Amino acid sequence: MNKQRTYIINVAVVLVGLIFIFRLFQIQVLDDKYVNIAEKISLRRQTVYPQRGLIFDRNDKLIVYNDPVYDLMIAVPIRLKGIDTTAFCALLQIDRSEFDKMLERAKTNSYRGKSVFKRNVSNLLYARLQERLYEFSGFFFEIRQDRNYKYNSAAHVLGYLGEINKSELDKQEEEYYEQGDFNGKKGVERFYEKELRGVKGEQYLYVDKFGVIKGSYKEGKLDQDAIDGNNLHLSIDIDLQLYGEQLLDNKMGSVVAIEPSTGQILALISSPFYNPAKFNIQNRGKYYTMAISDPTKPIFNRAVSAPYPPGSTFKPLMALVGLQDEAINKQTHFGCPGFYRLGRRIIKCHPHAFNTGLQLSIASSCNTFYCNTFKNMMQLDKYENSEESYNAWRSYLKSFGVGDKLGIDVSSEVSGWLKDAAYYDKIYGNGSWKYSNIISLSFGQGELGLTPVQIANIAAAIANRGFYYTPHVVRKIENMEYIPEKYLVKNHTKISPSHFDAVVQGMQEVTLSGTASHLVIPGIAIAGKTGTVQNPHGKNHSAYMAFAPVIQPKIAIAVVVEEAGYGSSWAAPIAHLMIEKYLMPDSVSKSSKVDLERKMMESDLIPLKYKSQRNEALYGK
Amino acid sequence: MKLYMESKSRIDIVSLLLFLSIALLGIASVYSATYESGAESLWQGRSGKQLMWFGVSAAVGVVIFLLNSNFFELFSMYIYVTFMILLIVVLVIGADINGARSWIRIGSISIQPSEFAKYGTSFAVASLLSNIGFSWQNRKELIQVAAVILIPMVLIVLQGDTGSALVFLSFFLVFYREGLSPVILIVGLLAILIFILTLIFTSFYLCSALVVGFLVFYAFTYTNKKIIVPSLIILSIAIFFSLSVQFLFDNVLQEHQQKRIQVTLNLIEDNRGAGYNVNQSKIAIGSGSFTGKGFLNGSHTKGNFIPEQETDFIFCTIGEEGGWAISALTVILFIAFILRLYHLARRAKKKFKRIFIFSLASIIFFHVLVNIGMTIGLMPVIGIPLPLISYGGSSVLGFCIFIFTALKMDATRDQDLISTYS
Ligand SMILES: [Zn+2]
Repeated sequence: MNKQRTYIINVAVVLVGLIFIFRLFQIQVLDDKYVNIAEKISLRRQTVYPQRGLIFDRNDKLIVYNDPVYDLMIAVPIRLKGIDTTAFCALLQIDRSEFDKMLERAKTNSYRGKSVFKRNVSNLLYARLQERLYEFSGFFFEIRQDRNYKYNSAAHVLGYLGEINKSELDKQEEEYYEQGDFNGKKGVERFYEKELRGVKGEQYLYVDKFGVIKGSYKEGKLDQDAIDGNNLHLSIDIDLQLYGEQLLDNKMGSVVAIEPSTGQILALISSPFYNPAKFNIQNRGKYYTMAISDPTKPIFNRAVSAPYPPGSTFKPLMALVGLQDEAINKQTHFGCPGFYRLGRRIIKCHPHAFNTGLQLSIASSCNTFYCNTFKNMMQLDKYENSEESYNAWRSYLKSFGVGDKLGIDVSSEVSGWLKDAAYYDKIYGNGSWKYSNIISLSFGQGELGLTPVQIANIAAAIANRGFYYTPHVVRKIENMEYIPEKYLVKNHTKISPSHFDAVVQGMQEVTLSGTASHLVIPGIAIAGKTGTVQNPHGKNHSAYMAFAPVIQPKIAIAVVVEEAGYGSSWAAPIAHLMIEKYLMPDSVSKSSKVDLERKMMESDLIPLKYKSQRNEALYGK
Repeated sequence: MKLYMESKSRIDIVSLLLFLSIALLGIASVYSATYESGAESLWQGRSGKQLMWFGVSAAVGVVIFLLNSNFFELFSMYIYVTFMILLIVVLVIGADINGARSWIRIGSISIQPSEFAKYGTSFAVASLLSNIGFSWQNRKELIQVAAVILIPMVLIVLQGDTGSALVFLSFFLVFYREGLSPVILIVGLLAILIFILTLIFTSFYLCSALVVGFLVFYAFTYTNKKIIVPSLIILSIAIFFSLSVQFLFDNVLQEHQQKRIQVTLNLIEDNRGAGYNVNQSKIAIGSGSFTGKGFLNGSHTKGNFIPEQETDFIFCTIGEEGGWAISALTVILFIAFILRLYHLARRAKKKFKRIFIFSLASIIFFHVLVNIGMTIGLMPVIGIPLPLISYGGSSVLGFCIFIFTALKMDATRDQDLISTYS
């Protein structure tokens, strides 16, 4: 009997062994789910962030560089235990309840995966914490690149970075961004995001249950290095930009300077401006609301986003259209008694010689001359009706980029206002409107709105005697042979080159004997046109457009100073100072302009109603 | 190789080789489970301690082999009593570790008497059962045997170490081998079946099913009056047992104990709490594939995902780093070792020695069954070590002494008279 029982027991033992071996075979060999789960748990894919491309100015001066920000992370929030919370809180300078709150938040974000404990830890805190981090198992730092700036300048051109938002994440064409990544939100940071960002790399690491790294996976065979972003070289001249910003300080307005032969933007200023460093990742949270509530709108990029009626700066273009359409010719003269009569309405002009030809009309900014030109054009026999003639006029303007977005590589550009005929049909009734209803367009008032960059572009097109390159701020992208195609295409206007000389002569006369003759710069021939833009909300806007030198122009410029008064008293001096600064960098300080320069820089033209609500913290270093 | 310690005595070389293979595997596993890259050599840390305990065991082994071959039989009850006293001592002066009071601290060394109690108990069981004229029908002797087992079990449960107490169930295998009616074993198995079915289907449904089953049974056999009464009694006992299980489970067991059982029966999925260890353990072993990730290369082992990996869950290291090949080899080594010990028991000429060696084999079998079964999700989580492999001085020393004693008994079998019973 005992023999049989021994046998039964032996069989049972062998049976258990076989069951175990089979079960092991099942979970180890047949079922590969455990392999996958094990890798998911103990393998961490870590992103290696590339260096974002640096940004240089046209003389290869470094403007924007990278500055690391440190995010304190928890590897696995629910497994966080056994750390000396008191010591940790003391290091972080938080109290216990705050710690608990942050931990709760981290848990809500991600229960088992890594989660942010504290974003943007300061450099000082990072250094202090990093040294002792081994004591706090489960915490680690993730380093990302924030931006920092060599100059307190060009904030609107450069734009800023921000954390990618949900809709951007959903809309991306190829999977690239992950939550928490930074991308360019405004300015060239946004426009050249793809070129600047580089390519992320990845690293596979073994981690323990607290998330502490234990080693690399497969000796790093699957790891991929990050590829740094391409450096961006701008056409902006940072010295000119800074100078313009000084001139526009404490004013509301804009300066755009373009190199006519290339369309490269030399300076693009919108004032008030903010210190770009206050808008980087680390600081923006603090300053953004401040900027939003500032009534002078420091975030708003007036240079590309604010349409102004061009006022008298429009007259050279109007003259060109008149010449091209044969409404006038170079010899045409109109008599100006100091006003233009339109039925019972009177349009005022300024005192000047009665018999007014083309050049005098520009130099003395005669409204009567342009009212007549416009009237002639609208009544030309070749046009059936006002709509047809208006459309012809409109298409000349469009060939200069008026009424359309130019396609500049700075974000938030608007098209401005150039109404179509249907608009007037709607107001005055179908076909029942004529030149008299819209005559103020002829001297740049009424339903016309141009952004400063559009005005500067007109100056560039006149400087080129009939064509322009789409204005842009990119000059070169490193490691790439090209800049966007559209910036290399010559855009021809609908005005024949032969008509320009007469108009340019008139514009030169402006600076010799006309409205800006008090601002003559010895050695530089400037063609310009002042404008005083009627502003129903306050003082007139001061406007000016110009280019120089007259032969082979190197710079075309538009200046608008809001609620400042005559074009000749603010916009024109600022433009001339900038031209002089750009063409003869050392001459301003030596010339008699020092007083003018100081006056421009020190004058505060911010309307009183806004002053009390401005926030100085935004602007300073 | 032949070791002559006394005249005509020699160690069984097969058992010795199997023992050494398992011990080596154990040291390697502990080294890997506690290895931190570049930190320690084999001689330091836990693997070093484990080696030290094997060294101590070898020294004790030499002493055992120098003893007179009749020493154990003569002093068996004294040995038993000594270890029982230790179990009582630990209750009084023991250190409280993780809610269990099962350690005696002497300087820097901690001793776990429960790991030696099964050794002591085996002497008492062997002694009682080998008494001339021992019979399972003798109530006094039956009570003696029951007491010899229940005393250490109760004492160990009182320490809060239920797992170690359950190990004493392996003596039932010895009793079965020594003539105890299989009915007890069958009743035991049926009880386990009812226990499991109750937990799966609840007592209500199980009892309903039993009643319906009985009625069907009755419909076919109602002419046979003799069966009715006994089967009614069996039915009542089954129903009573099922209700008791339900009651005990709901009202007596603590929540974590309920959960452990439910997780094992796959009644609940709980990968965070009670199921966490088992789940992580299955993942570690399962991710080993056929040949494993290589020695010291187990990512799960390195990542410390499995609590108590170097002790109760040491098999994970083997499964992950050695894959199916080494896991299966480990199982085979254990099975071979157990079968070899059964063989030694069978060839013993003295009943005392036979029962003692048989006890050892059954205890190792129970440990292997429960420990490996738990790591691959076939058994509930019961914290008992894998013999010779799990880290722990008491466990290593306890099993080594146990094995050396058995080998000593086997080596001197030729000096013994042919036993009266076989
Ligand atoms: Zn006039």
